[in-house]
Order: sequence, then C-alpha cells, then structure tokens
Amino acid sequence: MAKHYLKSADADWYRRRLNGALLIVLVAFVILGLRLFQLQVVQGEEYRRLSENNCIRLQGIDPPRGQILDRQRRLLVDNRPSFNLVMVPRDAKPVASTLKRLAASVGLDLEALKQTAERARSGYRPVVLHSDIDRDLLAAVEARRWDLPGVMVEVKALRRYVHGDSASHLLGYMGEISAEELAGGRYPGCRGGDYIGKFGIEKTCEHLLRGEPGGRQVEVDARGQVIRVLQTVDAVPGHNVVLTIDQQLQAVAERSLGDNAGAVVAVDPDNGEVLVLASRPGFDPNAFVGGINRQDWQALVENPHHPMENKAIQATYPPASTYKIVTAMAGLEEGVIDAQSRFFCPGRLRYGNRSYRCWKRGGHGRLDVVEAISQSCDVFFYHLGIKLGVDRLARYARSCGLGSRTEVGLDHEDAGLIPTAAWKKSRFGVAWQGGENLSVAIGQSYNLVTPMQMAMMIAAIGNGGTLYQPQLVRAVESADGRIIEQGGAVVKGRIAVSARHLALIQEGLWQVVQGDRGTARGIRLAGIDISGKTGTAQVFGRKGEADRKAEVADYLKDHAWFVAYAPSQAPKIAVAVIVEHGEHGASAAAPVARAVIQAYLDPEAAAAEAAIADPEPGQAPE
Amino acid sequence: MFDRRLLKNFHWGLLAATLVLAAMGVVTLYSAVNADATAAPSRLHLKQMIWYVMGLGAMVAGFTVNYKTLERWTPVLYSLCVLMLVAVLLMGKAAGGSRRWLALGPVFVQPSELAKITVALMLARHYAKEVTTRGFVLRELIWPMAITGLPFVLIVRQPDLGTAMLVLLIALSMTFFVKIERRTTIGILAFGAVALPVVWHFLKGYQKQRILTFLDPNRDPLGAGYHIIQSKIAIGSGMLTGKGFLQGTQNALRFLPEQHTDFIFSVLAEEWGFAGGVLLLVVFLLLIVWGLNVAAESREPFGIILAVGLTAMIFWHVAINIGMVMGLMPVVGVPLPFVSYGGSSLITTMLCVGLLINIRMRRFVAE
Repeated sequence: MAKHYLKSADADWYRRRLNGALLIVLVAFVILGLRLFQLQVVQGEEYRRLSENNCIRLQGIDPPRGQILDRQRRLLVDNRPSFNLVMVPRDAKPVASTLKRLAASVGLDLEALKQTAERARSGYRPVVLHSDIDRDLLAAVEARRWDLPGVMVEVKALRRYVHGDSASHLLGYMGEISAEELAGGRYPGCRGGDYIGKFGIEKTCEHLLRGEPGGRQVEVDARGQVIRVLQTVDAVPGHNVVLTIDQQLQAVAERSLGDNAGAVVAVDPDNGEVLVLASRPGFDPNAFVGGINRQDWQALVENPHHPMENKAIQATYPPASTYKIVTAMAGLEEGVIDAQSRFFCPGRLRYGNRSYRCWKRGGHGRLDVVEAISQSCDVFFYHLGIKLGVDRLARYARSCGLGSRTEVGLDHEDAGLIPTAAWKKSRFGVAWQGGENLSVAIGQSYNLVTPMQMAMMIAAIGNGGTLYQPQLVRAVESADGRIIEQGGAVVKGRIAVSARHLALIQEGLWQVVQGDRGTARGIRLAGIDISGKTGTAQVFGRKGEADRKAEVADYLKDHAWFVAYAPSQAPKIAVAVIVEHGEHGASAAAPVARAVIQAYLDPEAAAAEAAIADPEPGQAPE
Repeated sequence: MFDRRLLKNFHWGLLAATLVLAAMGVVTLYSAVNADATAAPSRLHLKQMIWYVMGLGAMVAGFTVNYKTLERWTPVLYSLCVLMLVAVLLMGKAAGGSRRWLALGPVFVQPSELAKITVALMLARHYAKEVTTRGFVLRELIWPMAITGLPFVLIVRQPDLGTAMLVLLIALSMTFFVKIERRTTIGILAFGAVALPVVWHFLKGYQKQRILTFLDPNRDPLGAGYHIIQSKIAIGSGMLTGKGFLQGTQNALRFLPEQHTDFIFSVLAEEWGFAGGVLLLVVFLLLIVWGLNVAAESREPFGIILAVGLTAMIFWHVAINIGMVMGLMPVVGVPLPFVSYGGSSLITTMLCVGLLINIRMRRFVAE
C-alpha cells in the first residue's frame, strides 16, 4: 500500500542490474580459463610426467581383524602374517616374459601363473599369483626382485584358530565375500575379494571384528616401486571380542564326547553366560583361511555326521525322558496331581486297544512324582499325559523356552517343535489322537528340542525359575583396551511354576543322581551334589519291534540325553549333553556332564582322575 | 494465426550453441566409455543421442507455449512439482542410498530436476509483481524464502545435496538480481556471521568431518582427494593440444571416477588439451551471455527475471562442475550441462534453453 512512493523498476534499471550479472559471469569464466591455463600450460609438463606411468596410485591398508578371547582372556583366534606373491600387470610388461622368468627362477608352474594373471581386472590392481607362500619362495623372489618388474611380495594377515577344531562351530570361519553379500548392503566398505566371517562368531560379530581399512596415496616409478608416500590414512583395527566360553572346559567337553557325534552346552544358571558350546564332530577353521579346496569341502559336506552343523543349536532331537520335567510341572500346576498322588506301575499301561510299555518291564510299583522323576517311570507320566492333554502340556513347555529360539546370537538356530492339537490338524490334516497324549508326555511324540534349549531350561529349573537368554559375548574391547560393549544378563521370562512345585521337581532331579534308585546314580562326585535327568531318545519307534537288546546298526541306536545342574543347592553350572546314538542317557551322556561339572567346580579332583584314567597320554585305555 | 515476428526473433545462436555442446558431449562421452580397449564396447553414447533427441523435444515444448501463458499456470506447475517431490520421498525408487526417481507409468522422472525450473518460474512471477528500485526488505523476502525452502527441504531429504544447493543458488541469484535493500543485506550477512559458529558448535563430529572434507577434499586422500588429484593429472597432462581422441590414458585406465558423468570435463581436457577446454568454455560463455541478452531484450519484468533465473541455472552448473574437476571447488555431484551423461539433467537444461528462446521470440508479442 505504501509502495506508491517507491520507484518501479524501468528498463534502464534492469540493464544496470544485468550488467552487474554479466560482470560476475565474466569474472568467473576468466578464473576458470586461468586455472585451465595454469594446469595445462604452466604445470602441464609435470602433470604429463605424472600421467605417463600413472604414478599416483592408491594402496589399500587392511585393518588387523580383532582377536577372539575366552572368558579367562585366553587367545582363541588371532592373526598371523602371511606372504602373497602379487603382480601389477601394468608394471610387469611384457607380462608373458616376466611370468616365464618367475616360473623358471622360483620353480612355479607357468601355466597356472598365466591363468591366474589373466584374471586381473585392471592393469593397476595387484593380482595375487600365489597366496600364503613359504619362506623359501619368499627368499627366492626377493633375491631376483630386480629381474622381475611388477612382481612383489605383499604381507597379509591371515586368521589363526589357536585350538584347531575346538569350538569351531562357535568361532566359525572366514570366506570370500559373495556377489549377493556385496549387493545386500550388510557389508558396507567391502569390495570383491574381501574375506568376511561366514559362520559363527566370525559372522555375527563381523562388524565388530572387521575394523576400518586405510590406505595411502603413493608415487611409483616405472617398475612399480614406491618412490614416496603422499598421504596416508591409517587403518582402524577391529575390536577384540571376549567370549563367555571357558576354553579349558570346552576342551574337557569335547574330549569327553570322544568320537561320538553330539553336543554339550554348559551355562552359568545365574546369568545365562554360555561356558561350553561344543558340537562334534568339528572342522578345522584354519582350513578355510585363504579358501578351502574342493576335496576338503566335499569331505566335510558329505560326512554323515555333518561336521559343519552346530548340533547345539541347529540340530533338534526328541527330548525323551528329560521332557518329564515339563510333564511333572504341568501336572502339579494344573492340579492333576499333588505331592502325595501315586500311580501304580506294573510295567505297562493299556490305553484304547494298545499297551504302552514302561522302560522297566517289571514295573516300578506305586510311586509319587519325586520317585517317578528319579526312576523315570513312563507309566506315571502316561497317566499325567492322559489327564493333561497335549495343549496344556505345550503351554508349560513353551514357558520353559522350548519351541522357540533361545536367541543365542548365532545364525541358523532352530526353534524346535512343541506340538499342539491345532498344529497337528493344520500340518497333517488329522486330529490329535488320545494315545498320542501318552507319548508326548514322555517326550517321544513330535517334540523336538535343541541342546541349547535344554541347557537354558535346566538352568532355569536350578536357579529357581528364571529363564535367561544365553549370552556368548562378555565384552567387546577396542584394540587399545577400551570397553566398547559389555554383555549383561537378559531375562527371557519365568517358568510357570510355583516355588512349592519347583521344589518337588528339584527333589526328583536330585534323587536321579544322589538317590538310591536314581537312573544316573553312577556319576556321583565327592563333595558336590548333582541334580539331573537322563533321557533316551528313540531314533525308531519301539512298537512291534522285537527285543532291542539284539545288535542294531549304529545309525538306528537311540540318542542319549543328560541335563543337569550343580551344586544342587546353589547351582553354578547347568549342562545339557546329547550323544547321538549313545543309546542310554545314564551311560553315554551323564559321564560327559559329570566331567564338565567336575572340571568346572573341582578342577583339582578332575586333574587327579584324569591322571589315573589315562596314565599314558595319547594311548586310550581299552 | 502464426505471428511472423516469432520466427524473426527466434534465437538461432542459442540453438547453435546447444548443438555444438551436444556434439562435443557425444564425442567426449564416446571416448569416456570406450577408450579402454580391453573393456567391452559401450553403447552409452548412442543412448545419450536418444536423450539429445528427447531434449530437443523438450526444447521445442519449451518455446511452443507462450511463456505468458506459462506464467498463469506457474502456481499449478509449482504445486505439482512439490507434490512429486513428496511422492518421491514416500514411494520413490531408491538408488545408491537416496530416493530421487519417481515412476510415472513407464518412465522415471527426477522431480528435483524439474524443481530448478519451477522454482525459477514461481520466483520470477512473484518478483515481477513486487520489484522496486529500493530492493526487497526482510519482510518481503519471507514469501520467496518459503517458495524456495519447501522444495529445498524436500530435496535435501532425498538426500540430493548437489541439486538442493543448485535450487538455492538459482533462487539467490534471482533475488540478488531483483535487489535486496542494502541494510537488509548487511543484516542478513551479520546474522549469518553470528549464526554459523553457533550451528557449527551443535553439529556432531562426523557431520563436521563431512563438511570439512567437502570444503577441502585433501582431508579425504583416499576418496574425494584422490579423485581430484587424478582429475588434475588428467587435465594437466592434456597440455596445450591434448593427447588426441581416445588417447587419454587417465581416462582409459579408469583412473577417473565417474568419468562419463561428473568428471567428463577431465576426459575432454585430457584428450583435446587447453585448446579444447577453452573452446568449451567459450561456447558456454556465449550461451550464458546470450541468455542474459534475452533478459536485456525482454520488455516485461517476468520475462527478464525468468531469463536471469534460467541463465543462472546453466551458469552455476558450469562453474561448479568445471571448478570442481579442476580443484577450485568442493567435490559435489553436479553434472556438466549438455556434456555429462544423463537424461534428466539433459532434458532439464534443454527445456531451459527452450524457455529462453521462448522469451526472446515473444519479446514484442508479450503484452
């Protein structure tokens, strides 16, 4: 409104403004032109020289990968220097004759060298002719260096797994990054040819272990030798990962499993820290360093015992009699039985038109829940199964963490399976049969669990009902020792059981080992009470089969379970053991648990026993 | 009826400059993607020629409709563009960490490119009505700030900092052209001088690092700094007359980053030397001077101010891109108009030349 006194813009005013704009444009173009003159005419010679050999190059600096340590800070995985024979094709011209001289002077196969050299993607990127060369070859190449332009020895750190195949499933292995992994965006900063963790902790902690690559700008001469370093960006070393594992205990577990296929998981019941995560047979992750060869890989993949599988979390087994803990809990909580309830076991139970056998053919007589647990009476639990039904059982199984992943933080973990009537209907289209309530009650139906789940469950039974998430990483530290992350206990939930009923179950478990008629009374330790439960998981159905005492092929033999915690009153360790085709929990699996518990709680006695059992190390007694 | 004056006032110079730049562009692009004899032959230059044909279509479209009609439709065009920018954020096609592309049926468009032109249109329309010799005071600049700020923020969110900065530069150029009142200018500068350190204080470490690297590529010797060194070697080694067509070694050996897009000038300067570089600069200068001339010859404010905005857009692209590859400017992803490979940038710049021709054609016709 008040604008009428302002002069409106006229043609002259615009012209003046446009002249100003023109001036700015001219100044800018003069600057651009002068800069061009400076680069191309004044400094042109120098830049031409630099371009002739493409003197300025970028060299990557690999960051040292973080170490992996056990809970006592014992070294599990570190790096060792290795030497690669590399060639920069542009500097090695003529490549053919350089390769010929190389082959002749150090005794390498010329054809193989040629083939490798042809894979070069660019004339300036070094191509690896031979990785991890030994000292003789290294010396030979260094001595003839002046005769071999463009050929160099590059130092590269390689992964070293100190204990070979011990804890191999936990530690994992490294491999070359795949095209999909590169494209997936989970590995920023990685390039083709980089090695990344492919399995185990190496994989799940990849982002922590890796570090950040550095590099330097260098000027090189016509032979590819560095004349000067222009700028450097240091690599940032990866973090060290301190695991919750105890390597010595791990070794005890693995030794105790011997040549059997199976798994051992031991945890601290007070916080869920995993002390042992063993799976047998194992593999040697050192074989994957620098790429595994085809035969070795075939052998691993085709081995019927699946050495690449982490049986502690990837393999599922019927829980068998260890499941009676859940059935007892459900029976007590649902009011189906109480502490005084007794059932008579004549050695079998008729249900419908079938007869269901107890493992003890002569029968157990009358027993209550504590005795039923300690003697693992099938008939007692058949009665509970009939009264409870599958769906009520499933609720308690789930509250113990069964049927869902423990979230231990490793890939490929299996959730196992806790069947319900609805599940069976949708899976098979067939209704749940009454007779199946009997087999599910003794853990022999569709139920499937992992050793890790069983370890967390028995830990919760021992600690008063708290179900923890298993922890593998205690701390993450930077290379200079600063704490980056610290592990802590994570509570997943509480088992749905009252203190009174839990005490009954604990009493039953105590009698399994410490009681006179307990199924695992053979593994008692001096001074330490153990509570546990045996299990024998049928690989094949028992019905219609003749006496199983007869020789059975190994792969048809039953799996042996043992779950335990100790000391019984205030447990410091909980263990789950599965021995594939070990036949009987008490004889095959319980001794393994005993060895682990003893080594952890009473290492001196364990050492003394080991000395007696194996006076001459390396020679197994008959 | 067709007005004969339209043809008489057609700016053949602008068309000619465009075609010359396009020709230089195809030749350089051919070299950029095919000089490496060991690599598979590339047909990118043929693809770019299709883009040129489509660009000519955009150019014709740019001068067919009377720009005064466009002025009336400007708010609609602007709103459409803002809507598209919002749509990009919600459902755009992601590539390389940012969302820039929007699928319209079978074609992908980059609304941020269109934003450069619609912001220029919208500001020109506003300033044409309000301009006085006194210059704008702060209160009067609020609306222009809103016009620019809305698309600016949307483009930053994609994130496409290069394009966002271009939109801002175009708006600033136009605003300074229509004059900011003197005390207001001083006030704004003083505020900026005070605010900058405060903002800096509140930035996070990595954000500061990013800005410092932006200002000084040498702080990142393995990334931007290395690219600039290689680019300078490529340009400098071209010397007076260049290494010749397809002879650029820096280019052929792929020492240049994005040699067919942002670093195309390095390829040209390496192969055609100072002579080629200066020729390109002269043609660009002609184009820009002619653009300002279109403004000078227009007789009504909207035409003048729009012509300035469109010319500013071309100018800033050229100055920033060439300045960057010669190590005078921070490293930003800004293409060289007409020469860099890429359809959407090409179509936008050719549409922009079409609009300049439009203003020139109708300098007597426009009321």
